[in-house]
Amino acid sequence: MRMVLHFDSRTVTEPVLSRTTLKTGALINILRASVGARRGEILIEVEDEKAKEVEEILKTQGVDVIELVGAVQKDDEKCVHCGACISICPTEALKFNGEKRVIVEAEKCVHCGACTKVCPTEALTLPF
Amino acid sequence: MVKSVEEINQKIREGNVRVVTAAEMKEIVAELGPEQAAKEVDVVTTGTFGAMCSSGAFFNFGHSDPPIKMQRVWLNDVEAYTGVAAVDAYLGATQLSETEEGYGGGHVIETLVEGKEVELRATAYGTDCYPRKEIVTEISLDDVNQAVMLNPRNAYQRYNAATNSSNRILRTYMGTLLPNFGNVTFAGTGEISPLNNDPEYRTIGVGTRIFLCGAKGYVIGEGTQHAPPYGTLMVKGNLREMDPEYMKGAYFPGYGATLFVGIGIPIPILDAEMAKFTAVRNSEIETKILDFGVARRGRPVVRKVTYEELISGKVEINGEEVRTSPLSSFYMAERIMNELKRQIEKGEFLLTSPVDRIPREEVFKPMRQREIRVVKSVMVKAFTISPDTGIEDAAKLIIEKGVNHLPVVKDGKLIGIVTSWDVAKAVALKKAGTVSEVMTKNVVVTFPEEPVEIAARKMEKNSISALPVVDSKRNVLGIVTSEDLSRLLAR
Repeated sequence: MRMVLHFDSRTVTEPVLSRTTLKTGALINILRASVGARRGEILIEVEDEKAKEVEEILKTQGVDVIELVGAVQKDDEKCVHCGACISICPTEALKFNGEKRVIVEAEKCVHCGACTKVCPTEALTLPF
Repeated sequence: MVKSVEEINQKIREGNVRVVTAAEMKEIVAELGPEQAAKEVDVVTTGTFGAMCSSGAFFNFGHSDPPIKMQRVWLNDVEAYTGVAAVDAYLGATQLSETEEGYGGGHVIETLVEGKEVELRATAYGTDCYPRKEIVTEISLDDVNQAVMLNPRNAYQRYNAATNSSNRILRTYMGTLLPNFGNVTFAGTGEISPLNNDPEYRTIGVGTRIFLCGAKGYVIGEGTQHAPPYGTLMVKGNLREMDPEYMKGAYFPGYGATLFVGIGIPIPILDAEMAKFTAVRNSEIETKILDFGVARRGRPVVRKVTYEELISGKVEINGEEVRTSPLSSFYMAERIMNELKRQIEKGEFLLTSPVDRIPREEVFKPMRQREIRVVKSVMVKAFTISPDTGIEDAAKLIIEKGVNHLPVVKDGKLIGIVTSWDVAKAVALKKAGTVSEVMTKNVVVTFPEEPVEIAARKMEKNSISALPVVDSKRNVLGIVTSEDLSRLLAR
């Protein structure tokens, strides 16, 4: 399970992830993090069995948690299957299928947003 | 055995023509050989679908009452060129909207082809016969007299691929290029692309009927920048007959607007030579990967490459695998080839013989310039200091010499830079000590032979106001400041 964590000016200075790991024993993989002085956003991956528990502990510490379902969204009305996004994706989540159409492999997407900034027809958007 | 275009058209009319796509033809020739393939196949359809910046449309809007001689005209806030006649204009695909980011001429054309209305706004100076000075109205393709797509340069035979050696991300017309050779982008559809299947331009020439964005269009000559084997075509077609499915307004972030254009060209298989041409493979089509990290006309060639390698998704650069991205849609190109094949088989599309050939040899000349202004010609003497210079001494030097920047040099090499701001800040915070504590260590530099426009861009990109000029060993030769450059560029 992937989750986006939003930190406010108070929680951003707390070791919330370490505390969560100690309390739950869950292994937390940080996929992407952007932390500033007053707020932060971290994308984490947690094994599914521990997901609910981790989410609870994070919430009690004042972190805003959004469960991520799905990956980058592609509007097939807009996509012309040029492939400009393919070499930009750090995790190779975008690729051609046998028909030379661009497809998203949802389980590989880390929601970095790199592809959404390069698409010439604005066909790609992040779901949150 | 030799066939004529007229004989092939007769077969189309009779419904017994044999049409295959360029993708299918490779296999047929491999199996039967060119002689036999030429007997069996009458037409090969080719296709391409890519961002073709050099695209646009002519419009005649009709006359208003009272009449206006449009001096300037905008369609959805995108300006079109009016120096044609009173109510004629040419809208270019790359012209940007004056009010909406990410929107341009290509989007306006697509909107019109979708059957929607756009806002027309025009201004004029007013004459005896055209007294009106401004107009705002809505128009659709049904309202105008003519709407003709006319693209000066389309269907590139092959195109240079792009990569980026620099350490920052580049936003280009070849898409986004990641730093340190992070990716390669390429354009063109290789072995199924029209001109690669007729490299001598025997059947594609002036007057060739083509599939242009769903309409029947025509080649009207070689395109601008036509330089075989990087050949291009100038094409036209009726916008009203086009299908929005085969075009798409686009915007390359950080570069600008453009239009994806779908082109299909039927190639009559007149003889064994044409069969052989249409058997061309991606592995035989070569191009170059250029380094867009160098913003000069003569971008360095990183390596030669074939379309087979580019299409495989990975190429090797300096011993490392680099992922590739096409900018043309192979999916759409395939659909265009199949649609054109269907139309010919149904007798809806007849072939034409060219009325004139396009050049087989042409050179792509660079611009003749009065001069290329380089940094060397505008740099001034730099007053350098050593890293153990005291902050107060640096302040004195700044005042005495009337400068704002002091390059810091150790053993003759540039190691940092101190600005008047750094010194003022250090004094205000009552920092005593040496400049090594307050200097900027990552210095952006320029070189004596670098064009001033590139130096200016470096300053703009990094929000700085001066660049030390260094040689290849980082010895400081001088300094250029934004003040010097703006004075020069304003001239």
